[in-house]
Amino acid sequence: MAALAIAGKDLRTEWRTKESLNASVSFALVILVLFSFAFDLDREELLAISGGLLWLVYAFAGALIVNRSFARELPNDCLDVLIASPAPGWAVFLGKAVACFLLLILVELISLPVFGLFYNIHWAGSIFPLLLVIALATWGITVVGTAFSAVTVNVRLRELMLPVLLYPLLIPLLIGAMEMTTGLLNGNAVLSDIRILLVFDAVFTSLSIYLIDFILVI
Amino acid sequence: MREKTIYGLGILGTLLLLWNFYTIFLVIPIDALQGNIFRIIFIHVPAAMTAFAFYGVAVLASIAFLWTKNFKWDSMAVSAVEVGTMFTLVNLATGSIWARVEWGIWWAWDARMTTQLMLFLLYLGYLLMRPAVAEPTQRATMSAILSIFAAADIPVVFMAIRLHNVRTQHPGPVLETGGLAPVYWPPFLIGIVAFLLLGSAMILVRLHQESSSREIDSLRRELHAI
Repeated sequence: MAALAIAGKDLRTEWRTKESLNASVSFALVILVLFSFAFDLDREELLAISGGLLWLVYAFAGALIVNRSFARELPNDCLDVLIASPAPGWAVFLGKAVACFLLLILVELISLPVFGLFYNIHWAGSIFPLLLVIALATWGITVVGTAFSAVTVNVRLRELMLPVLLYPLLIPLLIGAMEMTTGLLNGNAVLSDIRILLVFDAVFTSLSIYLIDFILVI
Repeated sequence: MREKTIYGLGILGTLLLLWNFYTIFLVIPIDALQGNIFRIIFIHVPAAMTAFAFYGVAVLASIAFLWTKNFKWDSMAVSAVEVGTMFTLVNLATGSIWARVEWGIWWAWDARMTTQLMLFLLYLGYLLMRPAVAEPTQRATMSAILSIFAAADIPVVFMAIRLHNVRTQHPGPVLETGGLAPVYWPPFLIGIVAFLLLGSAMILVRLHQESSSREIDSLRRELHAI
């Protein structure tokens, strides 16, 4: 219940300012445009790297979103109030992770059609398995991202440190998501690899929940 | 006592290493298939094993720090990670040199190599983050958490890259399969012992530095308080 309240609070704040939402949607669009200059590809080559392109965009946009998650609590010492509140640490963490998850999903659902449009890739046919992959991998990005957002919240050069720490850790998740997305966009669904996403999500969700009290109360 | 231990371990490790180099380069027979470059395996594999051992020490020390909040465990973790990262770099570099000669390329995105590189990057992030946190308790806790996350990620990385395209160019294990000829065992084992001794000496030096820097830090704080 407390987690839902925190998630609601974060989403409400975000909805009123739209600061990380606007930034990450426009960032995702800029990256999509830049990729078109970076690679001069024919159709088959494009299809072969489509999943990789999409997930790089999502991972970049995700770092922007999770970066704000705990950082937005710093002004007025809101973080101390959150920690001192009756809500347990794991509820604060889960609430923030859920809020980041919903925001990132929104960014992804906006940029997916743009990606299809720019690169002439048909994604609508495999939308349901694609949504499953997107949901599982996005949860992985946000759960680790939110935990690291809490870890780095008091670090100097926070905006630089978070990606340096986050991306190497996300590698297994991104490999799985990229390979499956490429498969789905090419019309050959290989969902057996979904277990890598499930394992990643399970391991890091439980690890974060277990360690969050150490992270928050330092 | 501490200095004697450091010198003792260091000298013993160096002597063993020198003796081992003599065995590797001048005594053991040449490999029939690979030629002389195979001799690098006696540095390559012991370096990887030493790195793994020290990363193991780092994870245990990190958990112990979170448990006890005793700073000696934080010093132990960071020292072990630093030395482990150095041995990982030795492992990656020697592997790359071997690959250039044997495969004609410096790097292949093979399962084992990718995992090892990720390990290197994860712990590099760990070492990069530490100077960015000024407060000692905060720095120690963050490092401990980061090291536990990194350790949990390794098995998943290994699973992920073995999914369905197992691009494995890396030679298979020769130790447990009996693929290593008896004559190659002694330099191999001595290599591991020598690296472990040298690494332990380096860790002791780093531990000493850590405790000195903590002492200087606390003196500085006292001075500021006055």
